[in-house]
Amino acid sequence: MTLFLFFAYAGQAWNIMMGFAGQLSLGHSLYLGVGAYAAAALYFHFGIGPWAGLWLAIALCALLGAAIGALAFRYGVAGVYFTLLTIAFAEFARIGLDHFAWLGGSGGMFLKVAERDRVELLNLRGTPAMFYYVILALSAAALALSAWLLHSRAGYYWQAIRENEDAAQALGINTFRWKMLAVVISAAMTALAGVFSAFYYSSLFPEQLFSINRSVEIILGPIIGGVGTIFGPIVGAALLTVLAEGTNEIVVAFGWEVPGIKQLIYGIVLFAVIVFLPHGIWSALAGKLKVRE
Amino acid sequence: MSVLLNVQSLSKSFRGLRAVANVSFEVEEGAIVALIGPNGAGKTTIFNMLAGALRPDDGAIFFAGKSIHGLRPDQVCALGIGRTFQIVRPFAGLSVLDNVIVGALRRCARVNEARAFAATIVDKLGLGSKRDFPASSLTLPDRKQLEVARALATRPKLLLLDEVMAGLRPLEYDQLIAFLQEINQRDGVTILWIEHVMRAVMALAHKVIVLHHGELIAQGSPAHVVLDAAVLECYLGEDLEL
Amino acid sequence: MSLDFVNLANVVISGLLTGIVYGLMALGLSVIFGVARIVNFAHGEMMALAMYLSVLLFSTFHLEPLFAVAPVAVIFFIFGYVLHGAVIHPFVTRPEHSQFILLLALAIIMTNSLLILFGPDARAVSLDYLLEPIELGPLLIDRGKLYAGLVAFGAAAGLFTLFRFTHTGTAVRASADNWLGAKVVGLDVKRLYALAFGLGSACGGIAGCMMILLVDLTPGLGPAYTLLAFVIVIVGGLGSMTGALAGGVLIGVSEALAGFYVAPSAKGMFSFALLILVLLFRPRGLLGNKL
Repeated sequence: MTLFLFFAYAGQAWNIMMGFAGQLSLGHSLYLGVGAYAAAALYFHFGIGPWAGLWLAIALCALLGAAIGALAFRYGVAGVYFTLLTIAFAEFARIGLDHFAWLGGSGGMFLKVAERDRVELLNLRGTPAMFYYVILALSAAALALSAWLLHSRAGYYWQAIRENEDAAQALGINTFRWKMLAVVISAAMTALAGVFSAFYYSSLFPEQLFSINRSVEIILGPIIGGVGTIFGPIVGAALLTVLAEGTNEIVVAFGWEVPGIKQLIYGIVLFAVIVFLPHGIWSALAGKLKVRE
Repeated sequence: MSVLLNVQSLSKSFRGLRAVANVSFEVEEGAIVALIGPNGAGKTTIFNMLAGALRPDDGAIFFAGKSIHGLRPDQVCALGIGRTFQIVRPFAGLSVLDNVIVGALRRCARVNEARAFAATIVDKLGLGSKRDFPASSLTLPDRKQLEVARALATRPKLLLLDEVMAGLRPLEYDQLIAFLQEINQRDGVTILWIEHVMRAVMALAHKVIVLHHGELIAQGSPAHVVLDAAVLECYLGEDLEL
Repeated sequence: MSLDFVNLANVVISGLLTGIVYGLMALGLSVIFGVARIVNFAHGEMMALAMYLSVLLFSTFHLEPLFAVAPVAVIFFIFGYVLHGAVIHPFVTRPEHSQFILLLALAIIMTNSLLILFGPDARAVSLDYLLEPIELGPLLIDRGKLYAGLVAFGAAAGLFTLFRFTHTGTAVRASADNWLGAKVVGLDVKRLYALAFGLGSACGGIAGCMMILLVDLTPGLGPAYTLLAFVIVIVGGLGSMTGALAGGVLIGVSEALAGFYVAPSAKGMFSFALLILVLLFRPRGLLGNKL
């Protein structure tokens, strides 16, 4: 359940950039990683708790997002080139942090784990239930934020930019500024997911946090559920979680050991969706049920 | 009447090909001015320069006394110039109303205001019954109306219309002509308009500017221009659509 | 000659040869993008597929990679051709990112199928005679690398000839330049695109076949090679065949040098930093055409 909410949350964050502003980022693991390491480093090296640490995480990621966005938009890096640019930044960070000893390098960073049945909300040390409520709150907030943004000026302007940037400019929209806003908000939100991840797993490895696989996992939910919608990322994350659990059950029941079966199924579902229901499962459902967001 | 738009010696070349050569003209406030000429004469290039989508190689553009040379399209819109595109660019995934709301947000601070204002414009242009349809489902004539509605929603002082009549049937021309007349006379919107449909030009325009191979070859009242020898030779003599 | 210079020369030659194989892989990607306008995000995975196929051919039929090149090339040409016609071509009218996601899905399916079929353990093809280095004066050249480089170069040369001197090649280049124009003139664009995709896949297949002589094989290589191919193609210049090869050699040599002088695992940072710089400041790459 916690994992489902985690990906629902991260998916919502990514969706703002892609679904609303139309910029396909496959490097969101960068923000996950930077957010995680920022908060973890403060806790590990200076004993500063995550509720304070998250501000550094957000600030750093917002800055990074702004930098990448500014560079990309100023120099006209768009479409697939933009996607490659985001991948390059994440990969660069991954390899870089592998060699960064102060943050643990490739061996990883480990946060002290308190007794498992004590709930220490201040330092985010505690039971799985505690983490569940934290991510639940985050997801709910993300949902509310997405809904609010979609119906605000930002939502209209972003969609206009996504649909036709030239026409949007002719209507008085400063497309650079609004694209930047989408990127920064998306990055900042993902930072929080990173902070959560650091304290939930109590261990951080560059190979895992900054990996392109993580970036792919983040985008699976929104794409399968429906990019640009409010409930899409949640529906997508839910479907993937159900599939994962189901697959697990079957594999365990048969006594098999099949590494990669989960990802294979994800790949197949992604393929099916992009070919048959390119606007996502939720969009198709919502259309049938005549639900308007 | 004061001069709203003042264009001086505007020039633009593309890789050695002169698209616009030393064009100067004025548009007075409250006027309807038509820009005519054969295809390739440089009309849309001029529009693109006026709207900030292209940088002029040479020349100056003054709007309400301010130089707008080198401004971005969104800055130009903020100053009060609205434009439509020759090949329509609707926000395909958005509804008709939402398309116009995007424009309305230029002048309305709150989304509710924008929605109400957009609704009135949509109705006025005859798209009221289709307001919730996705823009992608509209026919071409309706898409052209949508372009105009969207640009109008930004409450422009000067409206640049690029061939909005193309593809319309005679009944629709007349409706659009009446509509343009209304916004010009009642709301005081100045219109600069690229058009091939001469009937509309003759009926509406206060002044006509004729372009050929990037150069301005005649300007004046419609009656005057129609009789101008140079114009007859290069343009009207070949295809006069009245 | 000093020992240092000899070491350096050996390293550079080694990088050069590996680089030619990289270049062939990138060439395949460049052809696919340049002609069929497809961002083949599954290119590295196809190469990994080829590598596994080579391993299988060796373990089952004792067919050495050097001789498996021909059948592998044919198999992958057909695979690419069919895949394009059946799955990818319908996406030519879809928005760019749709196509990208399609290939991403295919990449995921390929990599994980390989993982399930072959497991995560490393595989290799070990041929004793390849372990014997070739001595060229004071220089020591890895035999396996030399053969791999030569075959890759040969394949690339073959492709060049095909494009420059045959009717089909010209047709392919025409449809690359102008889709609509080509259609108007009567060229069967869909078939030409499929052809390009097949050729590009075949390049990936040959490159994979040769790569198995150079590295050990794990399923994770697929994504890594995809990224590498993109770095090379973009740095070398999209749509430029010489650019892809030159880029491959550049990356191969710099990898080798970085591995020799600096921490080998950091060499990836250099590639990605280069990619970022090129994307920002010279998107047409070193040898590409103006976009």
